[in-house]
Amino acid sequence: MTTELGDLYQEVILEHSKAPRNFRRPVSANHEAQGYNPLCGDRCTVYIDMDGDKINEIGFQGSGCAISRASASMMTQMVKGKTKAEAVKLFEQFHNLVTGKDEAARTADLGKMAVFGGVSKFPARVKCATLAWHTLQSALEDEKKQEPVSTE
Amino acid sequence: MSTAVHRTGFGSALDIERIKRDFPILDQKIHGHKLVYLDSAATSQKPRAVIDALVRYYERDNANIHRGVHTLSVRATEAHDEARETVRCFIQAASADEIIFVRSATEAINLVAETYGRANVAEGDEVLITAMEHHSNIVPWQMLCDEKHAHLRVAPINNAGELEIDAFAKLLSPRTRIVAVTHVSNALGTVNPLRKIVQLAHAHDVPVLVDGAQAVPHLPVDVQAIGCDFYAFSGHKVYGPTGIGVLYGKEEILAEMPPYQGGGDMISSVTFEKTTYNVVPYKFEAGTPDIAGAIGLGAALEYICKLGMDKIAAHEQDLLAYATEKVGAIAGVHLIGTARERAGVLSFVMDSVHPHDLGTILDREGVAIRTGHHCAQPVMDRFGIAATARASFAVYNTREDVDALVEGIRKAQEVFA
Repeated sequence: MTTELGDLYQEVILEHSKAPRNFRRPVSANHEAQGYNPLCGDRCTVYIDMDGDKINEIGFQGSGCAISRASASMMTQMVKGKTKAEAVKLFEQFHNLVTGKDEAARTADLGKMAVFGGVSKFPARVKCATLAWHTLQSALEDEKKQEPVSTE
Repeated sequence: MSTAVHRTGFGSALDIERIKRDFPILDQKIHGHKLVYLDSAATSQKPRAVIDALVRYYERDNANIHRGVHTLSVRATEAHDEARETVRCFIQAASADEIIFVRSATEAINLVAETYGRANVAEGDEVLITAMEHHSNIVPWQMLCDEKHAHLRVAPINNAGELEIDAFAKLLSPRTRIVAVTHVSNALGTVNPLRKIVQLAHAHDVPVLVDGAQAVPHLPVDVQAIGCDFYAFSGHKVYGPTGIGVLYGKEEILAEMPPYQGGGDMISSVTFEKTTYNVVPYKFEAGTPDIAGAIGLGAALEYICKLGMDKIAAHEQDLLAYATEKVGAIAGVHLIGTARERAGVLSFVMDSVHPHDLGTILDREGVAIRTGHHCAQPVMDRFGIAATARASFAVYNTREDVDALVEGIRKAQEVFA
């Protein structure tokens, strides 16, 4: 693999894409939203059990590429137990990371998700990495979104 | 010159390496690898002859057409007229008046939906399409049906991606007002049995529009032999520039149709009380057209006609057969679209690699393919998938290009092993 390709498909990303965590609908879910990337047809549904302002439980389902599955899987691990405001802030940092806007984001609160820094070298793949996050944001806002949120 | 257009070339086989050199863009490296362009179904690359025609037009002849008596305007008008005649010859229309220049196949279909469709489709009527259409041959009819409270009927396809012709025949009803069908499916490569379709539709006095966007680069097309009433295609998929497309329509139908857009060139006289419309094809060509685009398209068609459409078709059939065999033989790869008659594209999915990931990995090997739903989401739904990887072929592709694709697929499998 070339270096850039290796940066994109890091072992942890490949591992999460093959065996995504929280790939289910939690029975206690009281918020959900659908995400859709019209460019590739990929879909993602995020389910949250919100306890007041806190993400008590979270899961996702859908079909997508390795980047979008791994991003969704690691996102669910990362935001579980966080407040809405904290999750939104993490999305902001993650977005800066994958669009190459903020190098400092790598060392900030993103922890393991910093492996997605390689995406910034592949502009066509930014939407794959952010699909789950857009969907999360939408799920946080509404109890039940009727229209799927789009990456466009 | 239109008279220089031949539908078959000379000699026996095409010299692909020489043809490759006619396409300057192909001579470059992508991520350190020789560019292997397998995305011609999205847009084809342009031969030097087309690029030169555009430059020559802008450097020497640029002027508005049908307007001036000065030399440049006469030259531009003549070149534009010649391009129309070249298109006529290319699809074997009876008259150049049946060739309307538009922006794209999409605009051609919208034109028919908005003019013929609006005039002839009423509440309770039906428009019949197939399950393998591109969005551009679905949405304009959906919009028309919504407006008129008419019904969109969809003829099914089988697991190989072939039209179920008996089901199609049954869906033709006394309420069917138009049939719109693709010649070649952009997502599956299926070649539709157009003569049979036209015969069935005409037996019910229903006109047929053919979306030829994916057919004209790959097959010799004869609209009179097909017998269709409308035929639409885009210039940029057949080695011409973007921004130019063609609508063919039978003259007697075009003459009856209301105009599309209002403006210059589509009128014979205007007063504030009344406007008299121009004759076909000008009635449908409001405003200053893409003059350079039409001339570029003419140059593209002359270029491929000189090579010979029969020979291009034979070469591409060989490539498609080779690719089907090589890619189909890879464990974990599943071909989507296995019709007996196919042209131009090879669509597939993989067990372990999502099309998008494959596309990225292939790109790093210099291989350009298309990944996604190919603007044919109902086709993806039909096969229960979100996306496919699609390799598509043009005259400049070789078996070595297919080998590079196969090698790239194996590399992707290693990454995701």
